[in-house]
Amino acid sequence: MDLNFLEFEQPVAELEAKIEELRHIGATLGAQHLARHDADDEDGINIADEIKHLETKSRALTEQIFSSLTPWQISQLSRHPLRPYFLDYVDRIFDGFQELHGDRAFADDRAIVGGLARIEGQAVMVIGQQKGRDTKEKIQRNFGMPRPEGYRKALRLMQLAERFGLPILTFIDTPGAYPGVGAEERGQSEAIARNLQVMAGLRVPIIVTVTGEGGSGGALAIGVGDRLIMLQFSTYSVISPEGCASILWKSAEKAQSAAEAMAITSDRLYEFGLVDAVVPEPRGGAHRNVDDTASSLKMVLVDELARVSSQSLDEIIEARYQRLRGYGRFKS
Amino acid sequence: MAEKTARGEAMSWFEKLIPSRIRTEAISKRAVPEGLWDKCPGCNAVLYRAELERNLEVCPKCGHHNRVVARKRLEQFLDPESSEEIGAELDSTDPLKFKDMKKYKDRLSQAQKQTGEKEALIAMRGRLKGMACVAAAFEFRFMGGSMGSVVGERFVRGVDAALELEAPLVCFSASGGARMQESLFSLFQMAKTSAALGKLREARLPFISVMTDPTMGGVSASLATLGDINIAEPGALIGFAGPRVIEQTVRETLPDGFQRSEFLLEHGALDQICDRRELRDRISDLVAMLMRRSVIDDAPAADSPGANELAVVEARTMPPGPL
Repeated sequence: MDLNFLEFEQPVAELEAKIEELRHIGATLGAQHLARHDADDEDGINIADEIKHLETKSRALTEQIFSSLTPWQISQLSRHPLRPYFLDYVDRIFDGFQELHGDRAFADDRAIVGGLARIEGQAVMVIGQQKGRDTKEKIQRNFGMPRPEGYRKALRLMQLAERFGLPILTFIDTPGAYPGVGAEERGQSEAIARNLQVMAGLRVPIIVTVTGEGGSGGALAIGVGDRLIMLQFSTYSVISPEGCASILWKSAEKAQSAAEAMAITSDRLYEFGLVDAVVPEPRGGAHRNVDDTASSLKMVLVDELARVSSQSLDEIIEARYQRLRGYGRFKS
Repeated sequence: MAEKTARGEAMSWFEKLIPSRIRTEAISKRAVPEGLWDKCPGCNAVLYRAELERNLEVCPKCGHHNRVVARKRLEQFLDPESSEEIGAELDSTDPLKFKDMKKYKDRLSQAQKQTGEKEALIAMRGRLKGMACVAAAFEFRFMGGSMGSVVGERFVRGVDAALELEAPLVCFSASGGARMQESLFSLFQMAKTSAALGKLREARLPFISVMTDPTMGGVSASLATLGDINIAEPGALIGFAGPRVIEQTVRETLPDGFQRSEFLLEHGALDQICDRRELRDRISDLVAMLMRRSVIDDAPAADSPGANELAVVEARTMPPGPL
C-alpha cells in the first residue's frame, strides 16, 4: 500500500504505479534501441499508447472517486500526509515573507507561524497554523496543535497589524489546541477566549481561510474575521469526528457516522451560509497540484480583500459584529 | 411534575380509593418526609435537607459545593421577586437534523422534561442589593450545560440588556462545552458571546464571571474566562481540555487537584475563589466599587423597593478613565 495515497485512493495508486513502471521500461527499451541502432518502432509505440491509455483511465478513475467523496473521506483528505501546509502557501501566494517570532512572555510556539509579507504589492500580516512534514518537524510543530503562547503570539502580531493599519490574513490547519498539562497551566482557555474577543474588534480587515483541518476552538482562535474561505476538501467542526464518535456513539470507530452527522465539509457549511467562498481543488486534491491550488486561493484572497477593504473601517467593524451576532439557528 | 408522577406510580390500592381532590392534599403532606436527609459526597456526613438548602447546597460540615439548579441560583443571587427572564421564548431547532444513537430532537425534549427548562442557560434582569443587574446561569442538567444557538443568543441578549440598563453582568457557568449536535453553529457561539462581551467592555460595564463545577471546553474558552473579574467556587473543575483527553495525550497520570479552582488560582487564572454563601455579598461589593457607587447594605428589595433605590447613591461624578 502506497502511504501517499489514502485507502479510497488505492485503485488510483495502483494505476499510477503501473504507469510509472511502463515509463521506466519505455526509457530502458528506448536506450537499448538507441544503442543497437535497430529500433523496432512497434515496441516503443505500444508502450507510449499503453501509458496514454492508463493515464486517461487514472484521470477518469480519480474524477469518479472524487466526485462522490463521503464526509469521512474528505476529513481524511483534509489531513492527508501530503496536504500542503501553511508555509507551502506562503511561498506561493506572498512575496517577501518575514517571520516574526514569540509572544514576548513565555516562548515561541512553532505550531503557529506569523509574519509580514506582501500580496500584489500590499503589505499584510499573515498568520497560520503549521504542521510538520517529517517526524522531526512534526514534533517541533507539535502536529500543528498550538499552546497558549502560540495564540498570544498571534494576538500580538494581530495587534501590531492593527496599529499599522495592515490587513490580516489567517490560515487554519490544526487538529485543535494542544491538550497538555502545561497548556492548561498557562491558560489555554483564556488565550483562546481573548483572541475571539480582540479579533472581533480589530480595526483592520481580517480574511480567514481554512486550508486543511479546522479543529474546534483551537482553529477558531485565529478564525474571527470578515470573510471565511474554505478550500474544497478542508473541514471545519466543533470536535473531530473521532472525538464526537467516542462521546456520542461511545466508540471512535463510528467516526464515519460522526463526520456525516456534523456537516463538517465546505459544501454543507456553504449551504448553511457559514462560509463565504469555497476554493475548488485540483483533481485528486490540493496535494496533487500545489501551485494550482495556491494560485486559485490567491485569486480569491485578493478579490475578498479588495471587497472588504472598499468599506470604511467603521462599516467593516459593524458588519463583522452583525455577522458574529447573527450566528445560530433558533425559533423565537 | 416529575415528582408527582413518581409518587403517582407508587400509589397504593388504599390511596386509589380516596377521592382525587383529597388524595392530592394527602400526597403534598407526605412530600415533607421524603428526601429529608442527604449524604454529602464530600465528607459522607448525613445532612438535614433543609439545612443544606439554607446553605445554598454547600455542606455545612466540609464546605463541599454541590451543583445547583440554575433557576434557583439566580433566585438566590438576585433580590427576591426583582427578576424578569430574558429570551425565555427562544427555542432550539435542529439545523443539521442531527442523529447519533439518539435524535438530537429527542435528546432536547428529554432534557426539557428532566429539567423543566427549555434550554441550558437562563438569563434574568433584576436587582442586586437594589442595583440593576443582569445575571445568567448555565443549567448543567440540561445536556451538560452545553452551548448551542439558544444558549449563545440568550447570553448575548443578556449582554444587550446590561448595555441598555447600564448594568453589570454576572454569569455562573457550568458546562461541558459547545454542543456537538449543532456543530459549527455551536462553535461559533464562542465567537458570538466573546464579541458581545467586547461591547460591554467598551461601555465600561463590569462582567463578573463565576466559574462553577464544571466549566470546560468551549464555554471556558470563551465567555467564562473573559470576566473583568474571574471568580470560581471552591473545588470546581475548570479547563479547556477534559482530564481524560489530556491523560490520553500526555500518557501520564495527572497531579492531584489538576484543573481545580485552587490550581487555577495558583497559576494566575482567577482573581479569587469564593464560597457560594458569600458570592452575593462579594460580587455586589465588587460591582459597586468598579462602578464607583457607595457601599450598599443588604435589604431585600421586595420589602421596600423605594428605600433600596435611595440606598444606591450614584457616585459617578468623575469622568470615566481609559479602558
